Amino acid sequence: MINLLRTRWSQGYRTIAYPNKPPVIPDRFRGRPLIDGAKCVADCSKCADACPTGAIVNLVSSQPQIDLGRCLFCMDCTEACPYGAVHHHPDYRLAARQRDQLLVNAKDESLPQVAALEAEIRRLFGRSLKLRQVSAGGCNACEADTNVLSTISFDLGRFGIQFVASPRHADGLLITGPVTANMKTALLKTYAAVPSPKIVIALGACAISGGPFMDHSEVNNGADGILSVDLYIPGCPPHPMTILEGFLRLLGRIRS
Amino acid sequence: MNRTHSIAIGNGEPFPFVNLPLLPFEIFREQICQAVEEGAWIAALFAVPESGTDLRAVAVLAHKPTGALWFFSTRLSESFPSLTPDCAQAQLFEREIAEQWAVRPTGHPWLKPVRFHHSYRAGKDCWDRAETAPMLPAVADFFQMEGEELHEVAVGPVHAGIIEPGHFRFICHGEQVMHLEIALGYQHRAIEKALIGGPHPRTIHLMETAAGDTTIGHTLAYCQIVEALARCSVPLRAAVLRSICLELERLANHAGDLGALAGDVGFLPTASYCGRLRGDFLNLAALLCGNRFGRAMLCAGGVRFDMETKRIAEFSERFEKTMADLTTAVELLWQTPSIMDRFEETGIVSLEDALAMGLVGPAARACGVECDMRSDFPTGIYRFRNIPTVTWHTGDVFARAFVRWIEIQRSAAFLRDQIKSLPQTPLRTALDSLEPNQIVASLVEGWRGAICHVAMTDASGHFRHYKIIDPSFHNWLGLAMAMRDQQISDFPLCNKSFNLSYCGHDL
Repeated sequence: MINLLRTRWSQGYRTIAYPNKPPVIPDRFRGRPLIDGAKCVADCSKCADACPTGAIVNLVSSQPQIDLGRCLFCMDCTEACPYGAVHHHPDYRLAARQRDQLLVNAKDESLPQVAALEAEIRRLFGRSLKLRQVSAGGCNACEADTNVLSTISFDLGRFGIQFVASPRHADGLLITGPVTANMKTALLKTYAAVPSPKIVIALGACAISGGPFMDHSEVNNGADGILSVDLYIPGCPPHPMTILEGFLRLLGRIRS
Repeated sequence: MNRTHSIAIGNGEPFPFVNLPLLPFEIFREQICQAVEEGAWIAALFAVPESGTDLRAVAVLAHKPTGALWFFSTRLSESFPSLTPDCAQAQLFEREIAEQWAVRPTGHPWLKPVRFHHSYRAGKDCWDRAETAPMLPAVADFFQMEGEELHEVAVGPVHAGIIEPGHFRFICHGEQVMHLEIALGYQHRAIEKALIGGPHPRTIHLMETAAGDTTIGHTLAYCQIVEALARCSVPLRAAVLRSICLELERLANHAGDLGALAGDVGFLPTASYCGRLRGDFLNLAALLCGNRFGRAMLCAGGVRFDMETKRIAEFSERFEKTMADLTTAVELLWQTPSIMDRFEETGIVSLEDALAMGLVGPAARACGVECDMRSDFPTGIYRFRNIPTVTWHTGDVFARAFVRWIEIQRSAAFLRDQIKSLPQTPLRTALDSLEPNQIVASLVEGWRGAICHVAMTDASGHFRHYKIIDPSFHNWLGLAMAMRDQQISDFPLCNKSFNLSYCGHDL
């Protein structure tokens, strides 16, 4: 017993100060890729060619874009560029409400914006959101970094958000993975078991676009097109702060 | 071992496929059964298409006493006499061959699909499933028992909690589990099919996500494959940084597992401390490479990120704090009688069963099997720095927990030692094209156990075949065996003590 108390004392208080203070993000963290147009050379498409998921679109045009829903934040583009024109922006805020908002201008620092849920749904879920997680081909990285939100470091419960065991107890689904052929039925049944009104969150490149498994014979390129998605959280996997920030914006708990 | 029947070669050493003797099937079968009887372990057994409709079977056996990998090969026709009745280790490999290539291992005691996908040979299927019909995962025969008081409990694919999908079917007598059958395949993403013709821009990302919690393990196995095929040697500093990442991955997952085990017996202090500490190890990986799972750290030819002096200092300081907190958190487990009561003699796997099934990693070592790829078939820096293999003899949940704790301490000692003396070399070397018509196997001790990759190149130096075997492929049956005669309420505890990968198995 003495040992238990002593250990409790030595472990200390470990919950992060966010959202009252900005979170600590590692200096090598890779946010959205940003292309410096001034360094670009005409008709060069080395970065887009190197991208494993085709996330750099319309490069040779007046309006090149980065599709954050496809991006693996992997450095293949930054390494492929011989002119040092591509780098990763350090901002961890990447979530969006609409799929097309994830297409950001490749050459300015724009980030997707998350609008809060519509007033009526926010009234219901704003202070208490219960989510059922479904891994539909996820590699356990998105799952692990969702799980971590429930640890004492992030203490998701203090925002009224909780992961529940039964879809019957849930207000929505959090989907990871490219939605494998073998999980599609189970996903749809789980969705059907959630009482309305309900929300759907697609977490990670796989759930948004198929990610590294895009166009494989046994996957569905994500949850889009199968269910109506209310929040997209990009990353491979997203940093826990990217996930948490997305949740809180969706609920209107933080703004601007 | 008859030298004319096989090729004996080291971990990560390629040789021309044409040199591999083509054995008559009876000799192939006899040689493998005999080698396993002599203590070799089946690291891989798979079929690969040849020109026309022919299929070649390739077996890779790891023989610890000589540190060699033995390759055997034969030709397969529509069916072959199953090895499993004489060599249980072959059971899942044979099921996989049957599912992928519609070749029937006759006499296999439990021939079921592994991942529930259509066969790679159009129009053929061992279970007569129509090519046009949708695949129904887990729809197959399940083991049945008759008896008035027996009942079945079916769980999954969607489980309570944030966890990957799988279907578990228990046959129970009251609370007592008579039999557990595990049906997987829900996570099948057709990774191996996508690797053929590579390496291409997506290849390394498929390795990083084969099992996302083992990003470093699988990516390292892959890097060793391409480096071997390109005859490239990795600079020493990169080799050290790779091993630091591999041990960090082990530390994070072992710490998380010990916390989860505490959670499953309702002991919240260790559960909450370790949940946070696991994250602290992941944050150390992010300090190195910007990603908590080590994404983008490894590349063919070396590593992408360095540790400069200032970063080493910060790393060491944070590492020591995390280890100190982890020590007090984990020690609580062994000091609390109510926990030991739940851990001890729960979910026992005998040494004989572990060897027969070919278990790997902490699950095998907890039964007393002395296997650790870092010592048995070392590559990279492990050739120069040995980490002593940790075993325990009781085969229960306690053993699987305790082995993890000792491994944490040995990994930490290794890591401290390595980080003090990073060699002054470049971080990576440029890679030439891959040598054509070769075959190579690569073994890495991931945190769950032995990861095996086998690659074959075609005449143009591209992947003609690529095989991934996650440690979970060997170990899921171990969990089923551990549950025999247990209370069904102990399933979460036993499950967590193995903590196997669904996606690593399903690929």
